Amino acid sequence: MSNRFKLPALPFDKNALEKGGISSETIDYHYGKHHAGYVRKLNAADADGKVPQNASIEQLVLTANGKIFNLAAQIYNHTFYWESMAPKSKGCRGNVCKALENEFGSCQEFVAQFKARAGGHFGSGWVWLSLNKQRKLVITDGHDAFNPMRDGLIPILTIDIWEHAYYVDQRNNRGAYINNFISLINWERVEQRYNDAVNRLKSNL
Amino acid sequence: FVSSYLKNLATKLIMSRLLKVVKQSVRTAPTNIETLSTIRQFSQSKSDFSLPDLPYDYAALEPVLPARIMELHHSKHHATYVNNLNATLQKRQDALQKGDIAAVIGFDGAIKFNGGGHVNHSIFWTNLAPPNNGGGGSPSGALLNAINDKFGSLEKFQESFNGKTAGVQGSGWGWLVYCPQDKTIKIQTMPNQDPIGSLGVVPLLGIDVWEHAYYLKYENRRPDYLKDIWQVVNWKNVEQRYADACK
Repeated sequence: MSNRFKLPALPFDKNALEKGGISSETIDYHYGKHHAGYVRKLNAADADGKVPQNASIEQLVLTANGKIFNLAAQIYNHTFYWESMAPKSKGCRGNVCKALENEFGSCQEFVAQFKARAGGHFGSGWVWLSLNKQRKLVITDGHDAFNPMRDGLIPILTIDIWEHAYYVDQRNNRGAYINNFISLINWERVEQRYNDAVNRLKSNL
Repeated sequence: FVSSYLKNLATKLIMSRLLKVVKQSVRTAPTNIETLSTIRQFSQSKSDFSLPDLPYDYAALEPVLPARIMELHHSKHHATYVNNLNATLQKRQDALQKGDIAAVIGFDGAIKFNGGGHVNHSIFWTNLAPPNNGGGGSPSGALLNAINDKFGSLEKFQESFNGKTAGVQGSGWGWLVYCPQDKTIKIQTMPNQDPIGSLGVVPLLGIDVWEHAYYLKYENRRPDYLKDIWQVVNWKNVEQRYADACK
């Protein structure tokens, strides 16, 4: 038995997002079964000696492949996803807001493009807003356990578009779920991540 | 209901007329100008794929697949693939007429996704039958022989199928296919809605493992869904597909 990897605590109560359209029932499944399940399976793989020693989740996302990558990335992605939301979103603010205006013309235009990517993605996957090495904000998406760190990007916001993220509350209506998510974005955290990312890039020069 | 019946009837009339014209052109002179222009005229009309009716009621596959899953799966998910396929084909046709090849190519992904979704689900509905009326049990005849030869037994086949299909990352399908090149049956999984026919094999039985296929009853327990689904597999349909493929 291994308990090397831990399920991080939710940054809010399980019914905190109800008013925003994500029910506690969804959280029970999504966090309590899917996210927890990935942690359990990675620990099981670790007990079988299949996970490189001394590697953090983030290192596994960057360097592992196959089943181990899949499990580690899904753990990382879901943690990031919970942190991308907050019960009371205070709207786009600060440096990231200015950067989004520079990159997309306006925050609304960024939201429109992000929604289009999330709505247009075929199958399961994730859509991310990240900072690239040229300090530009970019939207990327990919299947299944996709994580943009593998492409040298620094992620600052993500949405899960696997069906399990929205099926309990919205059934097949992914569009309604995406709209709810936009209203729940934790812009304070996004601003923090953006500033950290900019500093990291500056210190790498 | 009436308008969709009329639309289907209109499509059938157009298609049967088109088929007649095509057959005629092949029998007589393939370069007959009048015939070719008639074909061109029909192919430029709005492509009209339509949602097939289920061969049973929404509740017919209970308790394995509840009505609430079947209704959403057929009337929302499959219907959306059909609608989006038609819309994309129309846009592609418009781009083709303008000579905008870049735009034409840009529609490939959407056609593969929505067209694949339409093909896959159309096969899937025929692969299933109510538990008291054609669903479950065992195959017979040539297909049973082929399964025993290849996998040892029906149980071993199902175990292998379920193992591979449960392992699909994200969304996709598990398939039993006939491979005409080596005249054998195989288990093959496909991602998303990628049509398995594009691999040059003949689909015999497909099981949808997109989450929408099972989530409302099985939640994240895909292996439980795969264990139960065999109770509603329509082996007669799979046998017929196998017999047709072997010809």
